[in-house]
Amino acid sequence: MNNTTKAQVVLRLQGITKRFGPVTANEGVSFDLHRGEVIALLGENGAGKTTLMNILFGQYTADEGSVELFGQTLPPGAPRAALDAGVGMVHQHFTLADNLTVWENIVLGVDPLTAPRLKPAQAKARIRALSDQFHLKVDPNAKVGRLTVGERQRVEILKALYRDAKILILDEPTAVLTPQEAEALFATLREAIATGLSVIFISHKLHEVMAISHRVVVLRHGKLAAERATNQTNREDLAALMVGTEVSAPSIETAAPGAPLLSLRRVTTPDQGAAPGLKSLNLELAAGQIIGLAGVSGNGQAALSDLLSGLITPASGEMQLNGTEVQRWTPRTAIAKGIARIPEDRHKTGTIADFDLTENAILETYASRFSRRGWMNWAKARAFTKDLINTYDVRCPGPDIRIRLLSGGNMQKLILGRVLEEAPQIILANQPVRGLDIGAVNYVHGALAKARDRGAAVLLISEDLDEIMQLSDVIHVISEGRLSPGFGRGTMRPEDLGAWMAGHGFDAGAPNAA
Amino acid sequence: MRLEPIAAPSPARRIVPPLLALLATFAVATLLALIAGGYPFAVFGLIVKGAFGSKFALLETLNSATPLIFTGLAIAVAFRAKLWNIGAEAQLYAGAVLTVVLGTGALGLPAYLMLPLCAIAAMFAGATLLLGPALLKTRLGVDEVVTTLLFNFIFLLFVSYLLEGPLKDPMGMGWPKSARLLPEARLPRLVEGLRLHWGFGLALIAALLVWVINTRTTLGYEMRAVGQNAEAAGFAGIPVTKVILKTALLSGGLAGLAGFSEVSGLKGALTLDLSPGFGYTGIVVAMLALLHPLGVVVAALFVAAIFVGADSMSRAAGVPSYIADIMLASALLFMVLAILLTKFRVRRD
Repeated sequence: MNNTTKAQVVLRLQGITKRFGPVTANEGVSFDLHRGEVIALLGENGAGKTTLMNILFGQYTADEGSVELFGQTLPPGAPRAALDAGVGMVHQHFTLADNLTVWENIVLGVDPLTAPRLKPAQAKARIRALSDQFHLKVDPNAKVGRLTVGERQRVEILKALYRDAKILILDEPTAVLTPQEAEALFATLREAIATGLSVIFISHKLHEVMAISHRVVVLRHGKLAAERATNQTNREDLAALMVGTEVSAPSIETAAPGAPLLSLRRVTTPDQGAAPGLKSLNLELAAGQIIGLAGVSGNGQAALSDLLSGLITPASGEMQLNGTEVQRWTPRTAIAKGIARIPEDRHKTGTIADFDLTENAILETYASRFSRRGWMNWAKARAFTKDLINTYDVRCPGPDIRIRLLSGGNMQKLILGRVLEEAPQIILANQPVRGLDIGAVNYVHGALAKARDRGAAVLLISEDLDEIMQLSDVIHVISEGRLSPGFGRGTMRPEDLGAWMAGHGFDAGAPNAA
Repeated sequence: MRLEPIAAPSPARRIVPPLLALLATFAVATLLALIAGGYPFAVFGLIVKGAFGSKFALLETLNSATPLIFTGLAIAVAFRAKLWNIGAEAQLYAGAVLTVVLGTGALGLPAYLMLPLCAIAAMFAGATLLLGPALLKTRLGVDEVVTTLLFNFIFLLFVSYLLEGPLKDPMGMGWPKSARLLPEARLPRLVEGLRLHWGFGLALIAALLVWVINTRTTLGYEMRAVGQNAEAAGFAGIPVTKVILKTALLSGGLAGLAGFSEVSGLKGALTLDLSPGFGYTGIVVAMLALLHPLGVVVAALFVAAIFVGADSMSRAAGVPSYIADIMLASALLFMVLAILLTKFRVRRD
């Protein structure tokens, strides 16, 4: 990095403070972004990264402080102003219209609706030029609905570049990419800063932050915890700054697997829209073992999770529980057979937002344990919930408040308690720590390891390779609905798994096919 | 401008907007009364007097509220489970038709058997009518708003056919009207000598029962879970399809009871003007009651009072009774807006 200190300041945040009721999301945050610079905004979930970017983008109005773009103070609460001044944001969840083509998505909203007509040829030529210049390979005429996640992200970036963005904000851009795709993204970003763009890169993955940024801004509890030049810091230093103390993850010992509890043989399930179903998949879950399922999202994880949850049945193939073929497979039978299910989306699938904690805690067992002849036993349900709150350390005012008021971590602890209280034989944990702070992450991981040690079989589905490698006794990679052979703990490097995640090695004749 | 959700609304947040909605309703009504040439306070006074001013007026209001309580409950039960039953009108008529079929001479039973039988038959008729759209929804994903709404018209034409044909009263001088119910099939008066029939009592009992079902039974818990988040309910093992079908049976049954109560308690025979849209007004009642079964009773009384009161006001002051419809419509719109404002705040960009 050379001379950034002398380079023009393109963005200046000064003393930004934002409160939501009693919660302070940002407090006195200030930093500058220079021309041609990449700043990594690092922080745990809930540290205030997203709030800060929403203020910069005009979605929220700051209670105190100001945003200056190219020397001009931005009027607060005006999303259009930031856009017009040349700030482009690529959200974690893409904002593209699936049924339109790439070029249509890119020009959408750029030309006024009253413009007499679009000029497709001109627009496409410009898109092609941009995509050549920044190595963003994508066909302008393709329908967005048919693109892979990586390609969609390229469209989002092109959209920003097409609008002459001078500042690019990327919110957790690598969460949906394979390691190889992430490398390609970094190449694009390097190209972009060479032409004078500035980038804010939001992430909590330390190795990426080290690889791409010039400076790192660390947020903790809404405050600016530190600002470091990247070449004067290291991962351990940043991790400590981010969490406040040294990180201590639960140490997980290898365990000897027991008897097989669940086995899938040549199981195939139908595709679910754009996401593939399972393709003749073989999998065995043994007692006392954590099986990690790595893969880029949308490669059949949902189908496998739905299958074990009882939401779908195999179209063909065998599914055995404890050696017997399953019959009449529904969520209720899955629960009755001792499968604990931690769903991917705790807000939409795991809980009912406007139900109180009690009503949520008994969601799976109300019929068998908290009612008699059609009448609910609310006293018993409430007592059970109180126990759950104590045992699983759910921080809340009591069992009668609506669950939507709980933080993600506490919500997850309640779900964890709800399923673990049934002493399950098999645990399906789908993205169990997504969006949780480090304390809750360690709690959830510790609980999973404990369940394994008492003899449960755990299937851990995650997009976070670090999590998979830390926890799993055996790792499988899923790609396009196909499953890789199992790799023992510590036998694979992330790059090797990355190759499998990208779909290499699945074809017949692979050296170590199962 | 856009809406920002409020995580934990304060008590004032919850009370003030609905009060403002009531005030706004009266403001609109005042304006209308002025335009129509009446004195606003005189008009309101006459409405209140017409609805509650005398024993006769009060009983008239209670009688008018009765079918609205039943249809309001039917709607509240269905909407709570996000089953959009717009067909309470047809279900009401179905209940009335079966009451008339059984109660005009087909069965010769004493009143203590005849009345429960007719009531159960009416519930069965209403429930069956909603079961069709509910099955289409759960099996094929057909939108129940469309099927139940359109089926109202088909069923009313069917009733019209029945009254011109098989059910036509041979002594009816050619009017499209059914024969009169046997005395054994008539609901008695709640208190002897007062013009208020047992249908009102039944409606209150029904409201209480629905409230107990909602809060104390597994079915109530399941219906609420399915209504609030069907995906989470299904994931947790709640049989979503079955719950929707049970909800349909309960909702249709309650609407069918409205038909039974009107024929057996009030009219004594079936005509095409048995219901001036009770099935649709039930939606207003249920929404004003925020889908709470006991609130339905209050809302039904409120709506009935405005209708009855406006009728009598219209005669006395010469202001058209359409003012009642406008008052109700504006009350509903303001209330929906008010409910929104208890949960969201408006932000200007």
